[in-house]
This record gives sequence, C-alpha cells and structure tokens, in this order.
Amino acid sequence: MLKKLLVALFLVAALPAQAALEATLIGGDTAPMPIALVPFQVPAEVQTDLAQVVDRDLYYSGRFRPLPRDRMPQKPTQAQDVQKDLWAVPGIDNVVVGQVSSAPGGGYLVQFALVDTVSGQKILEHRFNVKTAASLRTAAHMISDMVYEKLLGVPGYFSAKIAYVSAKGYGPARRFQLIMSDSDGFNEQVIANSHEPILSPVWSPDRRKLAFVGYTGGRSAIMLFSLDTRQVTRLVFEPGLNSSPAWSPDGTKLAASLSFETNPDIYVIDVATGKRRRLTDHYGIDTEPSWSPDGSKLVFTSDRGGKPQIYEISASGGDPRRVTFEGSQNARASYSPDGKSLTLVNTDGGQWRVALLDLATGKLKLLSDGPQDDSPKFAPGGAVIIYATQGRAGGAELAIVSVDGAIRNRLKQSANSEIKEPAWSSILR
Amino acid sequence: MNKNILITGALLVAIALGGCSGKKNVKPAAPPADSAPISEAPYGDSAYAGQPAQIGGPTAQETAERALSNNIVYFEYDSTVINAEGEAVVAKYASYLQGNPTARVRLEGHADERGTTAYNQGLGERRAQAVEASLLAKGAAANQLSILSYGEERPAVPGHDEAAWAQNRRVQLIRQ
Repeated sequence: MLKKLLVALFLVAALPAQAALEATLIGGDTAPMPIALVPFQVPAEVQTDLAQVVDRDLYYSGRFRPLPRDRMPQKPTQAQDVQKDLWAVPGIDNVVVGQVSSAPGGGYLVQFALVDTVSGQKILEHRFNVKTAASLRTAAHMISDMVYEKLLGVPGYFSAKIAYVSAKGYGPARRFQLIMSDSDGFNEQVIANSHEPILSPVWSPDRRKLAFVGYTGGRSAIMLFSLDTRQVTRLVFEPGLNSSPAWSPDGTKLAASLSFETNPDIYVIDVATGKRRRLTDHYGIDTEPSWSPDGSKLVFTSDRGGKPQIYEISASGGDPRRVTFEGSQNARASYSPDGKSLTLVNTDGGQWRVALLDLATGKLKLLSDGPQDDSPKFAPGGAVIIYATQGRAGGAELAIVSVDGAIRNRLKQSANSEIKEPAWSSILR
Repeated sequence: MNKNILITGALLVAIALGGCSGKKNVKPAAPPADSAPISEAPYGDSAYAGQPAQIGGPTAQETAERALSNNIVYFEYDSTVINAEGEAVVAKYASYLQGNPTARVRLEGHADERGTTAYNQGLGERRAQAVEASLLAKGAAANQLSILSYGEERPAVPGHDEAAWAQNRRVQLIRQ
C-alpha cells in the first residue's frame, strides 16, 4: 500500500503543468472503443508523456475508453513486441506503442504503431521529426489524429490550435484577452490584452495568422496577428463597424461586415493589397459571413426579411437566397468541412441553441440546450462542433458537441473568466 | 488478485512455449520501421513566448464619461425607438452641442447578450444611429457626432435575466 502511495506521488510530481482550461466529459459514446496507449520509450531528459497526451485526447473525444496503465499486461514500445494474446484478457483490440529517440542533428525522432491485437498486425505506423522538446506534444496530438481517423474513419482534430477570448470584470475594470492554445487547453499563450473588447478571432488556413476584431482609437478595427512576426497590425479601420472577419479557403481574402458606406454589408478584402469588393448592399444588417470549403459561396446573417436569417450568396456576387426557415431567428452560420451542412445558432424566441442544417434537405437539428449558445464552429474533419455557452455558475464557457449530439465536453478557464468566441485552426498533417 | 495469477500463468506458458519475443529477437538499439511514412511536427510553442500585444485602451476622459449615469438612452428589446426619458437626454446633449460648435460627442451603442456577437454589433450601431438622427433633428451638426457600437461586449451589469438585459440595451453619449 505504501509502495502504491509513493508511486502515485511520484506520478503527480512528474505530471506536466495543468491545462489552462478544465475539461469535463459529459455525454459519451454508449460503447466507446477500448484502447491502450502504452507509455513510449523516451530518452531520460524528455519530460513529455506522449502516450498520456494521446490518452487524454481520445478519452475526451468520448469515443474511446483508454485502459489504465496499471491494467496493461505488458508495456511494449515496438509493434513486434506486442503479444496479442495478452491483450485479450483486458479486452483490448487496439494497442498504440511508440518510441522517442534523439536525432543526430539535435531534436528527436518520434515513431509509433497501432497494433490490432486480434490479428496481431500493425495497422498504422508513422514517424515524426521533432525539432525541439516543446514540439513533442504536437507530435502526440498528430498521433491522436491518425489513430482517431484510422479507427473511426473521420479525421481527428487534436493537432488543431484553438483561439478564444477571455473577458473578466465589469465597467472600467473589464479586461479582454485574446488567447491561443492547443486543442486540449495546454500551451496557453496570451496574444493580446485590452481594456476594450476583442472578438471574432479566426485562424488563417495556413495557421500562421489570426484575424480578429479589436477596438482602438475610438473605432472597431479588423486586426491581424502574425505568429511569424508576433505583431498585431490593423487591416481595416474605417468609421462605423469593421467586424466579423472570415478567411477564404485559399487564405488570400477576408470576408467581413463593414458599415462605413451605409450600414453593415458584406465585403471581400484582399489581404495583401487591402482592396475591397462589396458583395451586398441592403438596408438590413448583413454580417457574419463564412466561406464554403470550395470558396465558391458564402453564407451570412441578414435581417433584411425582418429578423436575422441565413442567406447564401455566390462569391462573385448576385442575389442571395435564404436557407433557414425554422424558428424565429437564425444566425452565425458556417459550413461543415464537406460543405453539405451548416452549423448555426437558432432561436424560437426562447433559448438560443446550436443547430445543424442539412443544405440538401433543409432539415434543422438542434444540438445544444442554450440558453445563450453562440459562435458554433466545426472542428477540422467535421466530427465535432465547439461553441460558447453559459456554465452553471452563469459565466461563459466553451463546449464541444459531436455532430450526432451524443458527446459533450465543457471547457472552462480555471481563472473564473468568461471564455467565448472560440475558433479552430486546421490540423497538421 | 486472481487476474494477476492468470496473467503470470499465461506469461510463464508463453515463455515455456518460446513465444516470448525477448528470447527470439535481439532488439536493435536503432529504431526499426524505416519504411514508415514520416512527417514534421512543427515549431514548438516556446517559439511564441513573448509579450502580448496591448490594444487600445480607453482614455481617462472616456472612462470618466462612461462612469456617468445621466448620459444614457435605454431601449426596449428589438427596438430602436427612443422613449420620453431618452428624448430628454438627447435634448440635453443637442443643446450642449448647438452651444459649443467645436464640441464632439461619440454615441456608444450596446445590445443585450441574446443573439450572436457580430449581429449585436450591428444592433448597437442601429440604436446609436437612432440617437444620432434625433440629435441632428434637434440641431446638432453631423461633424460633431461619431458612432461606435460595442454590441454585447460591454454589459453595464452582469446577469442573464430581463432586469440585466434592460440595463444593457443602451446608447451612452460620451463627450470627447
């Protein structure tokens, strides 16, 4: 007993820093897939526990049930050492094993294999060149993506970064932060601080820039943060509203809602030149544009019909067509990665809830409970949707729901701020 | 306890049958599987360490003006109609602006938290435009006025009920 206690203490001491976001898995798959993530063989100085990162990713996905380490019948680190019959006892059909070795020029080589213990065959393997120890977590998230996709047939989302806004306090004390982190809330980095609002962050497709809205000099502004230069620059600073940026899939343009000419309308801005093309011209509020994955269309929110609804328009302009007809209002739509559905916010006059709209059938499915859910965004690969919601204590939190509605996660910031306006980057491949 | 005995027993049997790979293969020190596909796991996040950017920040004048309570026009849900109390506030500022041609006022529009954040920026602007129209009708000059909408981002009070929302649906007149 004492030995177990000492081991437990040692494990606690060896744990990496806590994630900045506390995660809670609420609903899960009714039959999550058992899997074992065996501790990797690593050089002595490596602190990162890659298997634990993968374990955590897969557990919080709700689709997997990782085996605790003390129930592993063996701890192989290479595929050929996996003895398939041993794993029948704890009922594990899938075992992930791996090794980290020092690379000759500095850095590390990570390799892993996924072994099917029914056949005894290696069904997946991959290697990663990792330049610094800090990138080992990144490699682990890429492993999570690959294992998830191999076993579920849908791309994983664990190597994506997320960005979000943290707001704290009221009145003149209110302060805002733009934050980015890994998908599991680790490696939190504050990009910008302000006593003025920050909202609508969106990652460029190449993950090197974040566009967002900040307030400065008495105006709202569309701003760009570059990971390469770590600089924040202003892209649009007209009078009126400069809001709601959305990157085109090729990363060369931002759609946005600008009101400097008349009232909020959709414009397409060439990021390199700053040149603008007006896409809508209506006395209603046109806002919250989002591009289709092939770049040929956009959806946007408009109250031109009286109340906010979703409209679709060709990227080259023309007459928008309305696509939402259920409930009293629909807003803030964005396309799924396969372009076949939209996630959006719907209300029937009471709760504001995240919904999924099938573009072919027009059918709307509600995915969350409200009361004030906002900013739903598909993860890369389209398996889950992140959104902003209210926690039980009333403060804003992030939540993740699977597209079938079965799996729910909550993410809240330990520092008791409101967190909102989440955005996914693309994954690493 | 029984499970451990079972596993140990299985191991012993496996070793006895020569199934233990430790006996069969001499594990090379170098990693095997040179044929496995390879990727880069890019830049670690320590590369981003550095000072966060500081954006904007209100002036002392703005902070003082925002702390006032007699410069606010309130609105009903989904409405840009200015009621009698609101008109009294507007009239006060219209006469101040008429009497001081170089004076400028910024109209800061707000919405309650219901709905989406960018659409609420549009609603806040619409309310501020309603106040602007009223000021112009009462004799203020267009170049004395500017509009800024905060949408739902700067609630006056916390809370998620109608009492709080009513306090947040407002336009505040900020002398510059």
